[in-house]
Amino acid sequence: MAETIWLFLGLLGVLTLASAIATLLSWKSRRTSDVLPSTLVNLNARIKAWWIMIAAISIAFLFGKGGVIFLFAFVSFAALREYVTLTHTRRGDHRILIGMFLVVIPVQYYLLWIEWYGLYSIFVPVYCFLAMPALTAISGDTERFLERVSEQQWGIMLSVYCISHVPALLTLAIPGFEGKGLLLIAFLIVTVQGSDVLQYVFGKLFGKRKVAPKISPSKTWEGLIGGIVSASLLGAALAWLTPFAPAEAGLMAALAAIMGFFGGLVASAIKRDRGVKDWGHMIEGHGGMLDRADSLIFAAPIFFHIVRYFWT
Amino acid sequence: MKAAIQRLAAMGLAGLARAITGVRPIWQGCAPSGRQRIYFANHSSHGDFILLSSSLPPSERSRTRAVAGADYWRRNKVRHVLARDILNTVLVERNWVERSEDPMVIMLGALEQGSSLIFFPEGTRNMTEEPLLRFRSGLYNLAVARPDVELVPCWIENMSRVLPKGALLPVPLLCRVIFGAPVVLEEGEDRHVFLDRAREALLDLSPERQKALAHG
Repeated sequence: MAETIWLFLGLLGVLTLASAIATLLSWKSRRTSDVLPSTLVNLNARIKAWWIMIAAISIAFLFGKGGVIFLFAFVSFAALREYVTLTHTRRGDHRILIGMFLVVIPVQYYLLWIEWYGLYSIFVPVYCFLAMPALTAISGDTERFLERVSEQQWGIMLSVYCISHVPALLTLAIPGFEGKGLLLIAFLIVTVQGSDVLQYVFGKLFGKRKVAPKISPSKTWEGLIGGIVSASLLGAALAWLTPFAPAEAGLMAALAAIMGFFGGLVASAIKRDRGVKDWGHMIEGHGGMLDRADSLIFAAPIFFHIVRYFWT
Repeated sequence: MKAAIQRLAAMGLAGLARAITGVRPIWQGCAPSGRQRIYFANHSSHGDFILLSSSLPPSERSRTRAVAGADYWRRNKVRHVLARDILNTVLVERNWVERSEDPMVIMLGALEQGSSLIFFPEGTRNMTEEPLLRFRSGLYNLAVARPDVELVPCWIENMSRVLPKGALLPVPLLCRVIFGAPVVLEEGEDRHVFLDRAREALLDLSPERQKALAHG
């Protein structure tokens, strides 16, 4: 309990500091020109959105397991909606699409709620994987069949299955860490999102060599390395939230940061393929839900399984 | 009482539309205004007019009524009550042979009372692969009769995927409504020329054309 309070006080401090810096920068820039540069406008919007996101997560934490499961079911809903909007769908897909929202999301999160690991870890990649193409085939429309079916699979894997591995951390029985699953979730979210922010900051300050210029002009080696190293240090410093020793916590944070980077890269590739800059407009300054959750999507399942393998 | 129910229904539907589709208005060619307008849009789903009216500012929403086909909405009692009392639509008969009232008289009557209209100039829901059907004469007749009312083209994006014909439940997908610059009937302009021009103005707001424009 004391850990939770310290964590949120820490987050509050960081956000207050960020807001203060942004306000100072905006104030300085307003003295020299009437128009605020777009980077600063975006920075202000991003920080404001962070306040709202932290508030939402805090409220979910207050409600415990149910609150966190509900929050991530909503994240899945918003992410899947953004994803499906960008895919090719045909009239014959209507029922499958409704099923993705009204059946797959509730069932996956219900299985989490009853902590049935044996089923929630294969429900999407086995049962939905086979049921959805079968139902699409029954509908009889074969036009771009493989493409439609694959896009649906990807959608629920990314938006539902992978994201659900964040609250799934609550179901792990780690000896000596009973009842503290929420802290592990906080550790994952803080290191992954922190690494996103740190990569952005290091990239803006020192970024020169682009990692994948064809996919994302904003991802640089300097940002990537600076982000991963600083996120590892952050993780090591937050070891008291976790069942890990400080060095282990640093390694887990580095892993989460690297996976998060790949998540962002893949999301950028999909967006580029579809000719859009952002997934949506749900979170001001950041874009859509998927723009914020892409790194978590890649980090969560790997983080979950490593903890499950080595610590339970 | 009726007005209160209608306002409540409009608010509820707008909230529902926003929760499902996250609809965002894009005021590209004009700004929201208190002027009397006819919003003309592409039509492929029953959700179209709900989406369009949810995109309007609340004050405009309450004075804007959708023009709908009486043959469909009077087919049974539930639909009729829904269309007339809850959704406050302007019902017009589309069938030339059997109709008993002139649609123009009904629509001009609604305009006379100060309402703005949501109007689907294709005359029916578009079920083809074409982005937009040919316009019927209605829009031209309205433009001739009421040159003081602005004709605003509105492209409704994705609604045909959210709620296709015959579907009961909507799929949650992100939607946008793009408002273009008003189309003005020129003096002595031929009916076909005007209708083609209005259709082009609406098509220019479609994602395909917008993408082509963005890429020069």
